[in-house]
Amino acid sequence: MNVTAVEVEDVTREYRLGGGVSVPALRGVSLTVGAGDYVAIVGPSGSGKSTLMHLLGGLDRPSSGRLLLGGRDVAALGAADLARLRNEVIGFVFQSFHLLPQTTAVDNVALPLIYRGVGRSTRRRRAVEMLHRVGLGHRVDHRPNQLSGGEQQRVAIARALVTEPAVLLADEPTGNLDSVAGAAVLALLEELNAERGVAVVIVTHDREVAARAHRQIVMRDGEIVDGGNP
Amino acid sequence: MRLAEAWRVALDALRASRLRSALTMFGVLIGVSAVVVLVAIGSGAKQEVEAQVEGLGSNLLLVVPGKVQFGAAPTLSRLQLSDVDALARVVGDRDRVSATVTSAETVRAGGRETFTNVLGLLDNTPKVFVRSLSRGAYLTRSDVDTGRRVAVLGAEVSRVLFGERDPVGSQITIAGVRFRVIGVFAPLGQSLGVDRDEEVHIPITAAQRLFSTQRIDGFAIKAPDAEHIDDLGERVLAELNRRHPDTEFSAVTQKQILGVLGDILGVLTGVLAAIAGISLLVGGVGVSNIMLVSVRERTREIGLRKAVGAKPRDIAVQFLVEAVLLTTIGGVAGMALGLGAVWLIVVLTPLPAVITWWSVALAFGVSAAVGIIFGVAPAQRAARLDPVVALRTE
Repeated sequence: MNVTAVEVEDVTREYRLGGGVSVPALRGVSLTVGAGDYVAIVGPSGSGKSTLMHLLGGLDRPSSGRLLLGGRDVAALGAADLARLRNEVIGFVFQSFHLLPQTTAVDNVALPLIYRGVGRSTRRRRAVEMLHRVGLGHRVDHRPNQLSGGEQQRVAIARALVTEPAVLLADEPTGNLDSVAGAAVLALLEELNAERGVAVVIVTHDREVAARAHRQIVMRDGEIVDGGNP
Repeated sequence: MRLAEAWRVALDALRASRLRSALTMFGVLIGVSAVVVLVAIGSGAKQEVEAQVEGLGSNLLLVVPGKVQFGAAPTLSRLQLSDVDALARVVGDRDRVSATVTSAETVRAGGRETFTNVLGLLDNTPKVFVRSLSRGAYLTRSDVDTGRRVAVLGAEVSRVLFGERDPVGSQITIAGVRFRVIGVFAPLGQSLGVDRDEEVHIPITAAQRLFSTQRIDGFAIKAPDAEHIDDLGERVLAELNRRHPDTEFSAVTQKQILGVLGDILGVLTGVLAAIAGISLLVGGVGVSNIMLVSVRERTREIGLRKAVGAKPRDIAVQFLVEAVLLTTIGGVAGMALGLGAVWLIVVLTPLPAVITWWSVALAFGVSAAVGIIFGVAPAQRAARLDPVVALRTE
């Protein structure tokens, strides 16, 4: 059984600016996230934690080094295959929720299943189940503007988990929430982590949030300075 | 993503910005309805002309001196009544050979007068051309043989001179000479720009005396069937050339007239369609423009869709379908508007407009094609967006 959800090996990422100048955002990072892990990535802004998260989520490709998602080498994949891999392996939760505004909660949750080719009725059934699981069984047909911030983030979590991914990547998931709603969202993530064995990776600058994770990875200037691979 | 999903997603997106979608469709709608209406008018004109030419009668051969071509000056005629007998021998039936001499004259009755075409004709005219009478009778053989001063009035001439009264038996004067009305034609309308209700028919012999001439202007010969009409034309021309070696003659069939007129009207219809097509093109540019705006506005949505597993192709298809949906809905509405406008034109104006189904199908096909052509650039732009950048966009 493959217990490694995501594997990063000596990865760098440079951004090219104009005039042949390139800025390194990651300088040789190695990290393994196993099934069921609960990891927090912390660090000041500009430390490269967002870049690392984009790589972990298959939204971006490393400039050098190896990146394995669900055991597959990203370098060998085209844009379409990488999109399929994201769909199958990764679930995203964003600070600003990123829900489609004109779309009901259930259709937002079902969105990733469209790209998996799941039929309409099955999509709805699974999305409704997921909404019940995150405590929003009574908000199925509400639109995002009819939901509180905490509820919107829970819809986003349901959307991330409806595909049953190996890893859930959460980028400042509590950043736009008050402390009560934020705590509830974290508690939900932890429950799901324990219950389903989905690896949770939270990117945050909030020390309190990070402290709840089983493992903390501290980044500075594009490098992991603490908590990386042994 | 399945295509059916793409349609649903596109419909939702269009519904989300109703006003903008409607305005964008409007450009296509105008273009398509313009195509339908203008082509209908062009086709109507063509069909009208065809009906008029065919309405003259069937299997007609028109024989005149000189060359038949548009813009050519009429040639002075050397034809005489004796040529009628000669042609009757060629054709084999005197009733199939009609001869005419025409002049515009003032016709008076009581205190009223009208300036109209006076045609000298043989008694066989109704057997060659399609003409029916509403009152009285047509010229007889003896009217022609004796040059009797009798006249058959066109419907409009009768109305102008006599109002609703029955003119049969009344006296009229043509160029000051007294004639007796023996019949009135049923209304016929226009034919090739000539109002056939503004005619007065008199015996050709009486006409020659009235106009002080021996000439006749030309013949109309009714062929027994369409197959032998060209062959008959050649024999008629041969006989005329033998009798008048120094004059050139032309024999044209209705098919030839239709061919020339049809070509002209076909070009006209094409030009109208092209003008309408340009407005359709402008509508297409509008669609492209709006789709580019839409891609920009929905950058975050595109980023999210990519993050949750949309392939570049899925995004491209989504926006392409949206563009095609815009233009085809606009196209269908334009077809409905165009068909309605054509119906109004037919009901409210004298313009002959005819719906041609090829133009409707073409307009619809073109509007769908416009959606594809003008949707590709915005769709590609959307498909190429970097998800990291797209998600970060505010």
